[in-house]
Amino acid sequence: MDELVTMTYSEAVREALAIAMERDERVFIMGEDVGTYGGAFGVTGDLIHRLGEDRVRDTTISELGIVGLGVGAAMTGMRPIVEIQFSDFTAQAMDQIANQAAKIHFMLGGAVNVPLVIRAPGGSGTGAAAQHSQSLEAWFAHIPGLKVVMPATADDAKGLLLSAIDDPNPVIVIEHKLLYKTSGEVRPGDTRVPIGVAEVRRTGGDLTIVATGVEVSRSLEAAEILAAEGIEATVVDPRTLKPLDTETIIAEVIKTGRVLLVQEAVKTLGFMSEVAAVLSETEAFVHLRAPIKRLAGLDIPIPYAPQLERAAVPQVDDIVAAARTLVQEW
Amino acid sequence: MTTPIVQDRDRARESLRTMWRIRRFEEAVEDLYGRGLMHGTMHLSIGQEAVPTAACQALNRDDYITSTHRGHGHCIAKGADLERMMAELLAKETGYCRGRGGSMHIADTETGNLGANGIVAGGVPIAAGAALSAKLRGTGQVALAFHGDGAMGEGAWHEGVVLAAMWQLPVVFLCENNLYGMSMSSERAFNLPQLSDRAKGYGIPGVTVDGNDLQAVYDVTAEAVERARNGGGPTFIEAKTYRWRGHSKSDKNLYRTREEIDEWRLKDPIVRFELETVEAGTLSEADLEAVRDEVRTELRGAVQRANAAPDARPDDLLASVYAEVGA
Repeated sequence: MDELVTMTYSEAVREALAIAMERDERVFIMGEDVGTYGGAFGVTGDLIHRLGEDRVRDTTISELGIVGLGVGAAMTGMRPIVEIQFSDFTAQAMDQIANQAAKIHFMLGGAVNVPLVIRAPGGSGTGAAAQHSQSLEAWFAHIPGLKVVMPATADDAKGLLLSAIDDPNPVIVIEHKLLYKTSGEVRPGDTRVPIGVAEVRRTGGDLTIVATGVEVSRSLEAAEILAAEGIEATVVDPRTLKPLDTETIIAEVIKTGRVLLVQEAVKTLGFMSEVAAVLSETEAFVHLRAPIKRLAGLDIPIPYAPQLERAAVPQVDDIVAAARTLVQEW
Repeated sequence: MTTPIVQDRDRARESLRTMWRIRRFEEAVEDLYGRGLMHGTMHLSIGQEAVPTAACQALNRDDYITSTHRGHGHCIAKGADLERMMAELLAKETGYCRGRGGSMHIADTETGNLGANGIVAGGVPIAAGAALSAKLRGTGQVALAFHGDGAMGEGAWHEGVVLAAMWQLPVVFLCENNLYGMSMSSERAFNLPQLSDRAKGYGIPGVTVDGNDLQAVYDVTAEAVERARNGGGPTFIEAKTYRWRGHSKSDKNLYRTREEIDEWRLKDPIVRFELETVEAGTLSEADLEAVRDEVRTELRGAVQRANAAPDARPDDLLASVYAEVGA
């Protein structure tokens, strides 16, 4: 077994892009400032110098057009990867995502595939306020035909992206801005993380925390604080929101009988509402000894001021408090 | 200079055959719908047959097209099978989309047809993407986006054309200006003497042509396709034509006059081309009759066979949403 390499989440994404492009000439990237600039978050970095401007394509500021060209290229034998600079800007591109990319395979009777990858950084914590900080994963998971992944670690960022590029369907990869600079151990080479498989990040017998995106590391940090108090938490990271690995989530909830669902996105009709519904209509329900608890972003646009922004989404302390209450009261 | 179509017996006959196939297909759809034998909605292109017929002659079989909600003519002109088209509209398992798409979503990958589209201008950036793909793969293919005048109010049109112009992609944007985007007249909407005036603003060549003049549409499309294939980038074409029928089944024609419709019926592109071929001495009245008979028989057979086919089945709907990984 090759040794693990420590790298940042953003370097891991870049490594996946480079591996995919070196292995498969159908793969190319396009997006705003992905070329010489190296991407708004520095993810594409020096790829233009390594792979050339034909395959690392700077576009105009035209999200709808970029995704549309991606759809057309994907339908005709290419494997395009589109970077949407902030996931909020997918609102500009939504027709091509929701009405075109997602539906073409089904609507055309299976005659055509759309192997398109859309990478979109989401989440709050950068002081960029309401139009640059949303967590919109539920939008995409609500549309049949799209797959949605949310890597929470560097190795997943690489492995899920490599799987997404190989997938014959449109895959939305929601990366998290706060994770780009975090480091993790990454398996070297062309190593995949399968789409649709959750990961149990930690095990403990008192409660099961299911968390996505940046809330995974916050939940793990919370779990360490809780452990010091004698509360042991299991932390499950679904990694893929659609198709969802319900089996793992149900099994881990049955083991503890208590579940805390943590997401950064606003609470109403969020992804964790779906997880809660899955738990309440399956055998997990009869094993629950406490009501299902959701901990989510407030139902507000993300505010600018740092203290307000922090207050808008679950932080480590919030997770600790919610978990403690759940275990102590039930 | 190649021989004009009107003087070339084979091409003249083939052009007429295609135009009649479109006309008769649309009439059959209208009839089936009127008799309650067809479900959903449809957008008929009667009166516009010359544009797709001429434009698709300027394309190779493996060149791409994207089409619109009013797309039956584009499909037929690019070479789609009438029976499978009719089967789709009749909600049959044997239809192009197995009954999942209907009138607005017929695609035919065998003939480079990337699909009709229920979203106005939806196909414009997709065509540009197919052109980008052709360019990256170095295949020499060209993409042509059929769209209506209404599409020119959409952001997707703008963004698709901007990117195609920036990268000089091998794509042709062909606007069938049938004078109305549903009820909005293009004259009122766009404040332009001709829509091709807009091309200059995008840094690409633009031309306006009589869309009911088969030869004229062919000539400008052939020139645009040649430019695209030779690395000269995109072209915008406005082909002025007219839809005789309403926008869709619900249209009461409140926004235009009976006189206007009658005036355009006199400019029937099929009758016009038939007269031209007879005047040129290329085809005889008997030849014209033979084409009409042939198409009538073909359509009748297509409708009968499509009707007899099994209905679309719901049993694997859930399994049809995603393409199989590793398949």
